[in-house]
Amino acid sequence: MSLQRLLPKKAEAQKLSARSYFARAAGLGASELSRKLGRGEGSVIGGRVTLALDPNALATLGRGRSVVLVSGTNGKTTTTSMVSAALGTMGEVSTNSAGANMFGGMVHAMSASKAVATVLETDEAHLPKTVEATKPRVIVLLNLSRDQLDRVGEVRTEAVKWRNCLTGADGVTVVANGDDPMIVWAAQVASKVVWVSGGSGWRLDAASCPSCARKVIWNGDDWACSGCDLKRPSIDVDLDDDRVLIAGQTIPLRLSLPGIINRRNAAMALAAANVFGADLIGAAKAIGELTGVGGRFASVEISKVPSRLLLAKNPAGWTESLTLTKGSNEPLVVAINARIQDGQDPSWLWDVPFEQMKGRFVVATGERGRDLAVRLHYADVDHVFEPDSRKAVLRAAQELTDNSRLDVVANYSAFQDFRRLVDK
Amino acid sequence: MSSSISICVIYPDLLGTYGDGGNAIVLAQRLRWRGIKAETKLVDLGEDVPAGCDIYLLGGGEDQPQVSVTERLAETRVLHKAVDAGAVVFGVCAGMQILGKQFPGADYKLRPGLGLIDIETQRGDGPRRVGELATRGEINGAAVDYTGYENHQGITFLGSEARPLAQVVSGIGNEDGKGTEGAVQGRIITTYMHGPALVRNANLADQLLEMATGSALEPVNDVEVDELRRERFAAAHGRKHADSTQGAGIGVIGDLRRRVKRR
Repeated sequence: MSLQRLLPKKAEAQKLSARSYFARAAGLGASELSRKLGRGEGSVIGGRVTLALDPNALATLGRGRSVVLVSGTNGKTTTTSMVSAALGTMGEVSTNSAGANMFGGMVHAMSASKAVATVLETDEAHLPKTVEATKPRVIVLLNLSRDQLDRVGEVRTEAVKWRNCLTGADGVTVVANGDDPMIVWAAQVASKVVWVSGGSGWRLDAASCPSCARKVIWNGDDWACSGCDLKRPSIDVDLDDDRVLIAGQTIPLRLSLPGIINRRNAAMALAAANVFGADLIGAAKAIGELTGVGGRFASVEISKVPSRLLLAKNPAGWTESLTLTKGSNEPLVVAINARIQDGQDPSWLWDVPFEQMKGRFVVATGERGRDLAVRLHYADVDHVFEPDSRKAVLRAAQELTDNSRLDVVANYSAFQDFRRLVDK
Repeated sequence: MSSSISICVIYPDLLGTYGDGGNAIVLAQRLRWRGIKAETKLVDLGEDVPAGCDIYLLGGGEDQPQVSVTERLAETRVLHKAVDAGAVVFGVCAGMQILGKQFPGADYKLRPGLGLIDIETQRGDGPRRVGELATRGEINGAAVDYTGYENHQGITFLGSEARPLAQVVSGIGNEDGKGTEGAVQGRIITTYMHGPALVRNANLADQLLEMATGSALEPVNDVEVDELRRERFAAAHGRKHADSTQGAGIGVIGDLRRRVKRR
């Protein structure tokens, strides 16, 4: 059954006032101009122009749509593309481009496409206002851990804001990670929750209960607070190796993307698609075909050096990425920037167990590569500092054995710097 | 000199939000590089803080965990006894506020601290104080420069028994516009500097270690630390200029908005 048949037709969904219509057109024009001038994809600038002319654009453009919001500290972009692929088996989908997850990027996504099914990656700090404006049908909450403390704020403060916005949000199904105490506490107030085993590779931020601050006791995957009744909920959607157990069905996953973390993201996406009644076997197949969004996990060549690009933005993400690169003795390039979008305080480097890299040769690079070099110095990891990204790859390549591949792990803007070097 | 130095990290699960666990890594490594044994104890939430350690570290944390750490330490008084016995204590941000006489909780209400150092913290107005911090202090009569990254809502006042760790060169520090940073009283040293503080300031790390070991320490290889310091001092200098131009402008607009709202 096509999604459009379940939902209002496109034209009916988009009755815009003259002002909103003009704001949308102006934004699309600005975006087009920005693209032609070679200033990137232009989605953020376009959305900002629309918002300047119509401050309620998120609500006006969201009206009549079936919106899925995807938020959390890690896995937003990948999971958004998975939900889009899954719903794409039912009809056309509007979605924002990789990483453009603030108001501008979300508005542009809805300006550019009238498809009713709308999947929006939403920055954590922007979630409450986006929920209020777009009245989503599904909210996917992946995980919550420390990230960009200088901009987003502390994890608990964020969890309180989420909990407040989900209290009394009508008609929404929250697809939530039951393995993350922060998420469970924030989501349990929602009227309908589907609990997914979304994983908890990083537990430091949830060591103390978000509700009463007492110790959270872990027993394998299971957890419960020692001071109050917060505990791991009964899981509705579980992962069994490469099968997802959902709604009484066992759905096989054959992902092109690596690691258990992506299988967990896929389980979250299938749970969201299930709310819309998608055929889950077909949806899983579509998810399996994704080969990486915005260059994540991509195998590429940089100055003829075969490399794999891994994005890691915060301690939880780094811990996942270090797990992916484990078991190899090959050299690594590790890159850290601290621009606004990265968070300007990289002291979290000291929360990441870089000691695990001992025995491997590491080239530290990026604008904050010196912080990283000092971290590796204290971890007794053999390393050099090389400020230039391309030279860093070439330096690491000298230590690479034949027929092997270099892993390049980078945080957000440093990752974009490496993408620009691909095939050059 | 003790044959082994014990470093106790107080509830890193609750007071470890800003990478301050790095301070323990630095202290232990700098001892090992000098052939001195180091033992680091990370106190788990379910455990009591052990007595008899040489150095106690308290890091930054969120409001609610900060209150629960204080309640526990006030109950057991382990830290009070350790200070009486001559332990060295290093507190960062929330860790500094806890050691003082009072600080604001998550509900903004003032709560009693441990009273181990003569400082008081209140909730500051406006946005959090966030950014690169550069200060100048002294160790054994010689001027030393410190670099850190501050991120706090609290403003801290020093009583007569405490003296500042340093004077602010750029950034905010304890109190808006007053120019002091951190506090020292006896063998307790506190600061708002994350970064972490002892990563960026090997001089301060060694001062703590010399206090704990009771002897002067050999220099170690700090080439990479020195390069990082040069870079960070330059960045802090940039913040001072940004604050005096754009920062002030934003402040004025913010004030006007607030006034308009009140009317």
